[in-house]
Amino acid sequence: MKKIEAIIKPFKLEDVKDALTEAGITGMTVSDVKGYGRQQGHSELYRGAEYVVDFLPKIKLELIVDERSVDETIRIITDAARTGKIGDGKIFVTSVQKVVRIRTGEEDEEAI
Amino acid sequence: MDLTEVNYVIDTFFTLFAMTLIIFMVPGFAMLEAGLVRTKNVSTVLMVNTMIYAVASLGFLLIGYSIAFGDFGSDSMSAWAAFLFQMAFVGKVVNIMSGGVSERARVLPLALFTVIMGSVLYPIIVNWTWGANMLEGTMLELSMYDLAGSTVIHSTGGWALLAAILIIGSRKGRYPKEGGVRVIPASNVPLVTLGAFLLWIGWFGFNGGSVGSIASKESADAVALTIMNTNTAGLAGAIVVGLLMYVQYRKLDITMILNGALGGLVAITAGPDLYTIYQPIIIGAIGGALVVFAVPLFDKLRIDDPVGALSVHLVNGIWGTLAVGIFASNGDNITLLGQLKGVIVVGVFAFVVSFVILFIINKLFALRAANDEEMQGLDVEECGLEAYPEFKRAF
Repeated sequence: MKKIEAIIKPFKLEDVKDALTEAGITGMTVSDVKGYGRQQGHSELYRGAEYVVDFLPKIKLELIVDERSVDETIRIITDAARTGKIGDGKIFVTSVQKVVRIRTGEEDEEAI
Repeated sequence: MDLTEVNYVIDTFFTLFAMTLIIFMVPGFAMLEAGLVRTKNVSTVLMVNTMIYAVASLGFLLIGYSIAFGDFGSDSMSAWAAFLFQMAFVGKVVNIMSGGVSERARVLPLALFTVIMGSVLYPIIVNWTWGANMLEGTMLELSMYDLAGSTVIHSTGGWALLAAILIIGSRKGRYPKEGGVRVIPASNVPLVTLGAFLLWIGWFGFNGGSVGSIASKESADAVALTIMNTNTAGLAGAIVVGLLMYVQYRKLDITMILNGALGGLVAITAGPDLYTIYQPIIIGAIGGALVVFAVPLFDKLRIDDPVGALSVHLVNGIWGTLAVGIFASNGDNITLLGQLKGVIVVGVFAFVVSFVILFIINKLFALRAANDEEMQGLDVEECGLEAYPEFKRAF
C-alpha cells in the first residue's frame, strides 16, 4: 500500500476529486495548507504599499491506494490538477505499513 | 396644539432621529477598525470603542455640555433632544482618536484621556465655535463656518490622534531599522466595508441633524440638500480613489476606496448646506485624492496609523473647512481667511493640549503596552478574550 500526498491549487480540488471518483478511487483526506516552492510566493498591494505573501494557500490531499493503482492515481491527479502555470503543486508517494478500519477492525487492503 | 408646538415636536423628533443615526457611527468605527487591525487585537479594539463612547459621553453629560453651552436649554425643541444630539458627537471625536493608536495602546490610560477630552477639551472647542463663545470680543474670536464639524469634530479628533501617535510610537516591526515599511494587511475586509457604510449612513444624521430644524419648508429643503450633498461627496471620494488606485497600481484596493469615501464625507461636513448640487463632487473628489496621497506620506514620516484616521479625518477636516472658504465665501461672515484662522486656532489648541495631557498620562501610567503583550496581541492582556479563538482551539 502506498500513501499519495498531493499538494494542489485550491481551486483544482473539485476537478481532482471528480476525476478520482470517476476512476473508482474513493476516500481521501484534504487539508488547507500553506507553502511555497520555486515560485517563492507572490506580491500583493495594500493601501499603496507592496508586500510579499510568502506562504500561498494550497490544498493537501492524502489517499492510500494499493500498489497496483499507484501509477494510475498519480496520472489522474496530475492531469486534473495541471494548469501549466507555476505553482501547480507536487505529489509525494510513501509506503504505508498498516491500515486499520476502526469500525470493523478490518486490516490493510480490505480497509482501504 | 398650535403650530409652534407642532414644530417643537417635529424638530425634537428629527433631532432624536439624527442622534440615532449618529450613534450608528459607533459600530461603524468599531467594525471599520476591527477589520483593519490584526485578529489578535480585535476584541480590544471593540472594547475600546465601546468604553470610550461610554465614558466620554457621560463626561459630556456631567461636565462638558455646560462648558460648551452654558446650560441645558433650547426653545425650539426638547432640551434633552438638543443635549443628546450634541452628546452623540463626542463619541465620534474620541473614536477618531482611538482608532489610530490601535494594536499598541493600553486601554485604561487611553480611557483616562478620553474622559478629559469628552468633558473638557472638546467642549471648550465647541464653546468657541457652536456654543457660548467665551472668545467673543477677543483677538481669537472665530468666524469660521463649520456646520457639522469638519474642524470641530474631525480635525480635533485627528490632532489628538497625531499627538497620541507621536507619544506612543509605531507598532512593533512596522518600520524596520533597515528602512522601508512592513505592510500589516487588514484582517477582515468585509467588516471594514460594513463599518464604512455604517459611518456613511450615520453621516446623514451627523450633517442633516446639524441643520438644526426641519419643521418648515425652508429648513426641510436645507436638510434634504445637506444630506444629498453629503452623499455626493462620499460617492465622489470613492470613485476618485478607485480611479487613482487603478491608474497608479492597476489595483482597486477596497480599503482605500472606502477610506476615500470617508475622506469625501469628512470634507463635505463643514458646509453641506451651502453648496450647489455640483460643488460636492469636486470637494469630495479632492477629499478622496488627499487620502491616497496622505496614507503613504504618513508612512514616509513613520507615523503609524493602522486605520488611516489621520488621512481621513485630520487632512480632510482641514480641507473641508477651507473648502467652505473657497466655494461658499460670501465675503461677509464667511471668508477663506476666517476659515483658515479657525483651522489654526482649533488645531493648535487641540494638538498642544492633547500632547501635554497625553505626555503626563504617559509618564504616570505608560500608554503603550509592553513588548510581549503587543506581540501576543492585546486581546489576551486587556480583554482576556480573543475575538477569534477557534484558530487555536478546536472546541
